[in-house]
Amino acid sequence: MEVTDLARLQFASTTLFHFIFVPLTIGLALVVAIMQTLYVRTGDDNYKRMTKFWGKLFLINFAMGLVTGIVQEFQFGMAWSEYSRFVGDIFGAPLAIEALMAFFIESTFIGLWIFGWDKLPKKVHLGTIWMVAFGATISSLWILIANSWMQNPVGYEIANNRAQMVDFGAIVTNPNVFLQFPHVIFGAFTTAGFFLIAISAYRLARQPTDDERLMFTRSLRIGLVFGLAAVMLTMFVGHYTGQFMLEKQPMKLAAAEGLWETESPAALSFFQIGDEASRTDVVNVRIPSLLTLLTYDSFEGLVPGINDLNAHYQQQFANAYGPDADYVPPMIWLIYWSFRAMVGFGILMSAAAILGIYLWWRGTLTTSPRYLAVLPFLIVLPYVANATGWTLTELGRQPWIVQGLMKTEQGLSPNLTVTDLWITLIGFTAVYGALSVANFYLLWKFATKSQGGDDLLPLPKAPDEDKTQLDVAY
Amino acid sequence: MSIDLNILWFVLIAVLFTGFFFLEGFDYGVGILLPFVAKEDTERRVVINTIGPHWDGNEVWLLTAGGAMFAAFPHWYATLFSGFYLALFLILVGLIVRGVAFEFRSKDDNPTWRKTWDVALFVGSLLSAVLWGVAFANIVRGVPIDGAMTYTGTLFTLLNPYALLGGLVTLALFVLHGALFLSLKTTDVILERVQRLLSWLWIPTTIVVVAFVGYSFIETDLFVGVNLVQGLGLATAVVALLTGGWMITRQRYGSAFIGTGLTLAGTVVFLFGGLFPRVMPSSLGSQFDLTIYNASASPYTLQVMSIVALIFVPLVLAYQAWSYWVFRERVTADSHLEY
Repeated sequence: MEVTDLARLQFASTTLFHFIFVPLTIGLALVVAIMQTLYVRTGDDNYKRMTKFWGKLFLINFAMGLVTGIVQEFQFGMAWSEYSRFVGDIFGAPLAIEALMAFFIESTFIGLWIFGWDKLPKKVHLGTIWMVAFGATISSLWILIANSWMQNPVGYEIANNRAQMVDFGAIVTNPNVFLQFPHVIFGAFTTAGFFLIAISAYRLARQPTDDERLMFTRSLRIGLVFGLAAVMLTMFVGHYTGQFMLEKQPMKLAAAEGLWETESPAALSFFQIGDEASRTDVVNVRIPSLLTLLTYDSFEGLVPGINDLNAHYQQQFANAYGPDADYVPPMIWLIYWSFRAMVGFGILMSAAAILGIYLWWRGTLTTSPRYLAVLPFLIVLPYVANATGWTLTELGRQPWIVQGLMKTEQGLSPNLTVTDLWITLIGFTAVYGALSVANFYLLWKFATKSQGGDDLLPLPKAPDEDKTQLDVAY
Repeated sequence: MSIDLNILWFVLIAVLFTGFFFLEGFDYGVGILLPFVAKEDTERRVVINTIGPHWDGNEVWLLTAGGAMFAAFPHWYATLFSGFYLALFLILVGLIVRGVAFEFRSKDDNPTWRKTWDVALFVGSLLSAVLWGVAFANIVRGVPIDGAMTYTGTLFTLLNPYALLGGLVTLALFVLHGALFLSLKTTDVILERVQRLLSWLWIPTTIVVVAFVGYSFIETDLFVGVNLVQGLGLATAVVALLTGGWMITRQRYGSAFIGTGLTLAGTVVFLFGGLFPRVMPSSLGSQFDLTIYNASASPYTLQVMSIVALIFVPLVLAYQAWSYWVFRERVTADSHLEY
């Protein structure tokens, strides 16, 4: 493999790995804050148990999101120095603001929350978890402002071979942000919702004590309401994201649909096997006009195909990249199936949550063994949907690193060798792999065994016992 | 009145690194001292809990410095992190395993599990503490940077004797700083061990620092045309280190801790002052130096970022100070340790 491929693989894998943990951090922070609010307002100890139970899982996950996030702050400069030079003005600013506004809040208040249970007044302590939730959400806003600029550059001019900021307001209010931010945030809430649903169902199906039954019934209900609302909103925003894509990134839309030729009205494909070399279909099962309906909310409208778009870009960028450069993203099949997995799993999650709410209304939610048995498996759905969503977003933008302004291979650090990249790629994979095992082990242990509180941690010793020990040590 | 925003941002990045060295400096030190001052499990937990609520917030000073470099001096960010690629990778690995160790260590009582995370905490802290010194020494010494602002050396270019001595300096200072922090936050047997360490730690630290200052005369241009700010930085560092040593002998650890803190701050001021107005001198010729002007973002970006920084930096200082106030008590074996 060449340096470009390795650098892309490294960025994709470290970033997707980071994003396993981020959505749950964002969503669960809010859920835990809500639970603790219920505890503080009602004084009901069961809510405190819930706060502790989900809070523990939150912290295990938070640690992973945090440390993998450190890499994100630096890896633009590491392997993508020319990209960093080109976009520093615009991309660096939101990143710095993210650190200044959000990371400081998250990191300081998480410490206060973890260690502040018996040091802070109840309400102040409650405030700290709300600050964490706020910080996590604001953090995603700024990084998405940065990412939105890569999808839809605004508020800049090209000077000295660099994209220079001319309008901060335009960058912050990039229309892409208003779609991407809610889409990602609701996706994060969905993740937390189904995390609650899956684990609560697992526990309810395994002879819970009375206390556990109450706690996991409540958690399951919160998860269902939260998860259903969030997944519906995610899909609602996603619908408009698709329409925006037609306008700003038509190649990404065409790739997501495997649409080789322009159509009007365009058909929606359900199962495609394509030949990427000749850019034609081998097998394609389609419903006429449906793609046009989805992108135009009407039965009339043209959706440009990959081949036409490529020809169009070849003409448009002939001066910059020569007349024969290719503008079609690689691995169309992956983009196509990522899109289908994301949408399909969204629909599946909605159906599962609607069924749950129906059972709740019937009064049989916690006594339906088959339903409870299926729910734990659903935990993978939001994770796959999150990962495939980003795969679509970032792979669909290729060959551009900044849409229409800079190609991905132009962004590479010129000094790096294949060896450098292999060392770090193998290193990150090994470290992340080992941490995943530890992380999964802890999550599994606490999710399946903990009763809330500090039950699985070593009990604090009685003061007397400690004294003797210390005396001995003297 | 016009303020040169390039200068302001150079100063601000120096401030962020000062905050990072001062704060994360002692929590690296605590991580490195962990196996030496805490033998059994509860003691280890006590030591870790002295920095438990703070290490994460301390580390954000580094992340913010990185982000600020990206926003204000994109070429500095790009040249430095692509140039120091493998060294930075090692720092990142150190930070990763260390960060996870804090959270994971006590969530299982299997002794092997705990030992593993204690090792991770120690190695991660040690690696990062040394490598930041190596990195900064290389920056002030100058590294090969060509006309395209691209680093042309390798990892081994960075492992020169001067830079390695720089690594020892940060290591020694962080350990001393961390020991003093522990002396303020622990009791009983741990405190005694810390005090025993403190009785001799100061001497090798001072030797390493003096050697580094001397070596800097030969190896760098830090002493060419010393300006006022830089001179003050050096004077502060020297006086603070000497006073710190004196305070240690009188067992006035609070003052000594402020002393090592000021030593670190003075060192950063001295190094940044010596660089100014360069951010990364090139060893291939001064025409290739990265400066606060040729490496900077547009004036407009600097303006926007200045407003943001002026609003948020004071806020950050306020709530971080509050956090230290909340956890001002010493941590003992009787404290509530597991959360």
